[in-house]
Amino acid sequence: MADTPEVPKPAGAIPPPIVAAPAAASVAPASAAPVAKPAAAPLKPRPKVQMVWEPKELHRRDWMLVGAWSLFAVASLLSTIFYIVRFLFPNVTYEPPLQFKAGLPTEYAPGRVDERYKAAFGTWIVRDDRGLYALSTTCTHLGCTPNWLEGEQKFKCPCHGSGFRKSGINFEGPAPRPLERYRVGLADDGQMIVDKSVKFQEEKGEWLNPEAFLYV
Amino acid sequence: MKDFFNALADPSRFFLIFTVAVLAMLRWREFFTAPKVALTIFAGAVIFFVWALKDPGFKANISKPDNIPIIFMLFLVGYFSWLSLYRAVKNDRRIDRGELPEEAVESPKKVLVWPDLVYSEFICMLIGTAILVIWAILLKAPLEEPANPNKTPNPSKAPWYFLGLQEMLVYFDPWLAGVILPGLIVNGLMAIPYVDTNPKGNGYYTFKERPFAITSFFFGFVVLWVSMIILMTFLRGPNQAFFGPFEQWNLHKVEPTVNIQFSQIFWQQWLGTSRPINWLMREMPGILLVLGYLAVTPIVLAKTVCKKMVTQMGNPRFLTMMIMFLIMVAMPIKMVLRWTCNLQFIVNIQELALNI
Repeated sequence: MADTPEVPKPAGAIPPPIVAAPAAASVAPASAAPVAKPAAAPLKPRPKVQMVWEPKELHRRDWMLVGAWSLFAVASLLSTIFYIVRFLFPNVTYEPPLQFKAGLPTEYAPGRVDERYKAAFGTWIVRDDRGLYALSTTCTHLGCTPNWLEGEQKFKCPCHGSGFRKSGINFEGPAPRPLERYRVGLADDGQMIVDKSVKFQEEKGEWLNPEAFLYV
Repeated sequence: MKDFFNALADPSRFFLIFTVAVLAMLRWREFFTAPKVALTIFAGAVIFFVWALKDPGFKANISKPDNIPIIFMLFLVGYFSWLSLYRAVKNDRRIDRGELPEEAVESPKKVLVWPDLVYSEFICMLIGTAILVIWAILLKAPLEEPANPNKTPNPSKAPWYFLGLQEMLVYFDPWLAGVILPGLIVNGLMAIPYVDTNPKGNGYYTFKERPFAITSFFFGFVVLWVSMIILMTFLRGPNQAFFGPFEQWNLHKVEPTVNIQFSQIFWQQWLGTSRPINWLMREMPGILLVLGYLAVTPIVLAKTVCKKMVTQMGNPRFLTMMIMFLIMVAMPIKMVLRWTCNLQFIVNIQELALNI
């Protein structure tokens, strides 16, 4: 490249700094094209293609360019990381509190599935002959909300037809495991407390845990 | 009459009838593609629709804005299946007589792109846009109330073109039916040009030269995709229970089903013992069954029925094709097992959340 200075440089190419180039090569590339064209037109030697990358000596001006680009890259990287991290901490969360008081155990009729906390806390509270337990309303197949069918005495998911018994055990459809139970306990005022931060899974044998069931 | 159709719509019967119909159409294609026969079938379908529309429940289901594209699609699939087979039958006769296929005579070396193809594409685009605009004006978009995580619509259905995938989710775990199998479908379709290097049938319709390829395509697309869309749209009602086309969508249709696992069948029913406590032992029969199905079947087939195919394709191509094919066939096998035996999972490792 350095030995054919008459050839017009492609726009944007950095002129080789060492060779004492004629005036046409050192002016700005935009104006260089029309000036150099008539001189180069008759001959048109093919520019040599540089096959091997050779490190060029960087001029002061080039250092400014390199600095500007690096600054830009670092700034983009930092701001990307910052906003990714920022994205993980939203300003508002709509998650209801994980613990709630569910009234006195005597409010629940034996053998009934109570749906009063389904909308607000995603919990069914079921009372059987011995006591109370809190079932999660999330289907274990793909996370839809099943419906309690009083006539059939089962939870039935409208998405893929999984069925659960009153105890939460899966028995039909594709759900691979039973509904999860939440920790239940009694507060000082005698009300029942449901703690959704602790879950008990039947297939791990966790339903035997005393906190998964409230004896009444 | 309506009871008869309702009885036919039982999923295993519906699936059996659909499969047999498609295979019969391919086997006796010369009869079924004769214009008179095809027109009679078409007229029969139209008469059935007109008669069935008198039923209020059927009409309500058919005329939902969501379901109208499916009706279009059914007739289009029927028409194009007929067209391809009709031309294939014609070409097969020509090839038998030693002539070139029709398409080779019309334009021997190449298809004219400009202006022929581009013009007809442009006209199709205009017509398509016009139809969409008229459709959008006539039928309101089926928008529903804002989403509420506590109230899932019953039944909850995917967009119609995904109903085949949703139907798959009824029989398999989400990781399998939602990730692995759709990935295999997409990758398998992409692999076709590399697996199937047979040049016969390129650029012209034929059946006789490619019976296996065309039959697998019809099975995979028409039986496994289109029929699942029909099943999911018209035959599944509230709680994903099955309803006949003329049956009331009753919220409380009782389905006394209790799932059974393959390990229960093997240990308790066949061997009469209790299931081993160790999960690996417990699930070993199912694991062996699945592995055997995927590993041994291709080898057995390669040594017996498909000898010619192996020599033509070579081992790697044959294996890739066969495993894809077996996974495709596994879908209806699992579905029929669920419908008839309530079999939930063949391998059921709850300890690792791994079910097949």
